[in-house]
Amino acid sequence: MKRYSVFAIAREAFRDHTGWERAWRNPTPKAQYDAIIVGAGGHGLATAYYLGKNFGITNVAIIEKGWLGGGNTGRNTTIIRSNYLQDPSAAIYEKARSLYETLSQDLNYNVMFSPRGLLMLAQTHHEVRGYLRTVHANNLQGVATEWIEPNRVKELVPIINIDGPRYPVLGALYQARGGTARHDAVAWGYARACSAMGMDVIQQCEVKGVRSENGQVTGVETTKGFIGCKKLGIVVAGHSGQVADMAGFRLPVEAVALQALVSEPIKPCMDVVVMANTVHGYMSQSDKGEMVIGGGTDGFNNFTQRGSFHHIEETLRALVETFPMISRLKMLRQWGGIVDMTGDRSPIISKTPLGNCFINCGWGTGGFKAIPGSGWAMAELMAKGEPGPLAADFNMWRFREGQFIDESVAAGVAH
Amino acid sequence: MLILECPYCGVKAEETELSPGYEAHLKRFGPGSSDDDFEAYMFARKNPKGVHFERWRHSYGCGKWFLAARCTATLEVFGTYPAQSSEPPADLMAKIKAKRPDWKGYK
Repeated sequence: MKRYSVFAIAREAFRDHTGWERAWRNPTPKAQYDAIIVGAGGHGLATAYYLGKNFGITNVAIIEKGWLGGGNTGRNTTIIRSNYLQDPSAAIYEKARSLYETLSQDLNYNVMFSPRGLLMLAQTHHEVRGYLRTVHANNLQGVATEWIEPNRVKELVPIINIDGPRYPVLGALYQARGGTARHDAVAWGYARACSAMGMDVIQQCEVKGVRSENGQVTGVETTKGFIGCKKLGIVVAGHSGQVADMAGFRLPVEAVALQALVSEPIKPCMDVVVMANTVHGYMSQSDKGEMVIGGGTDGFNNFTQRGSFHHIEETLRALVETFPMISRLKMLRQWGGIVDMTGDRSPIISKTPLGNCFINCGWGTGGFKAIPGSGWAMAELMAKGEPGPLAADFNMWRFREGQFIDESVAAGVAH
Repeated sequence: MLILECPYCGVKAEETELSPGYEAHLKRFGPGSSDDDFEAYMFARKNPKGVHFERWRHSYGCGKWFLAARCTATLEVFGTYPAQSSEPPADLMAKIKAKRPDWKGYK
């Protein structure tokens, strides 16, 4: 792999950009790998990358039924934060956020991480108390967040209406090093680094079955034939239940559609990320100038990658109330992603009833921000066969024991 | 837009008039049941990509719970029936089988 650098740009400028090579190879699958990751989204690619980087396991294939990063990695609102209440969540999301800080350098690929600051507005007294509690918890967990008063909110976000008619802004939970990153670049950067380590990223290859012998996984049946493996990682987000079914176990997961939309591009007017959970909408401005808007999930199982229209209406109503100046913006695009929701709204990074088969799923509506931390923890689990400190609490048997990592109650909304 | 016909009041209700209640025909297990049964009742869900049976409530209409058969991969609605049914009506299952020959049945 040729490194990207200012010298490479200068060199290519003098030869009409004829020397750039493909960012990753397009290999045909080998008969056998040490490890196979199903799903070449952010989480799957990050898992493969840290398997190679942290554990030296590079005889790895990442297989993907569509194209690389074409699922939820390409369908989120790119927000990165780690202001979670529960200790296990704060640990893994803060690990992810801290890895994002240097990810561009690590991958030699610009993921455009922009720690522009993130506000979660408190618009009821209940929320004020909740976020104060989160700030105190974050201080103990080593996550840098603070509580700010409405006048500081107005300074940070001049376009906000802090004396809203229904829900005036009473303050905010502020994470100064939260922000956004270029979602596609995260997948592409990991794929390029994996390919450079000799791993095979195999696209357009759908898993049709999981083969096992004596309770140990031996490989996967795919549309490109059987591929053998010693270890299998299932990292497929919305379709986790379907792949788990092939592997012979059930998950406490339901798939629903989550929608997002972007406006026409306008001049820079908001340089932080704002989340308003009471009225339920969140918004940031992309580098192109589009307002990137996230909304709610459908309340019913759905695999169609499109959601119900009334959620868009509700989200925009909430945001127009919070940011009156966006009322005349035209919306350019709207899309949906299939998210896998667990009972406690926390992810699963776990061993499974099938030997040497591991699963990473249940990130629900908040997976993008976790990609590097999730890959780090999943790689450790797959390499050692036992979970490390980041993954231990996220095992799939916590539901039986009642040891929930209950972020749905902590946040008041799914996130 | 999802439209379900309420089997009680006959209204063709649009989604905003309804509240979803997720998987139908769950067998309930309480104190004294085995850990496996209780966990399965609380958390394990079929989550099928295809034919699914669900609970819905006609919240902003007659207020009653009913059940619906729907395809989660296409959003096609096969039919609705009263909540007092212990299993989907035979004619509804025949209709689904005709439309989805690969369907393996509601269990």
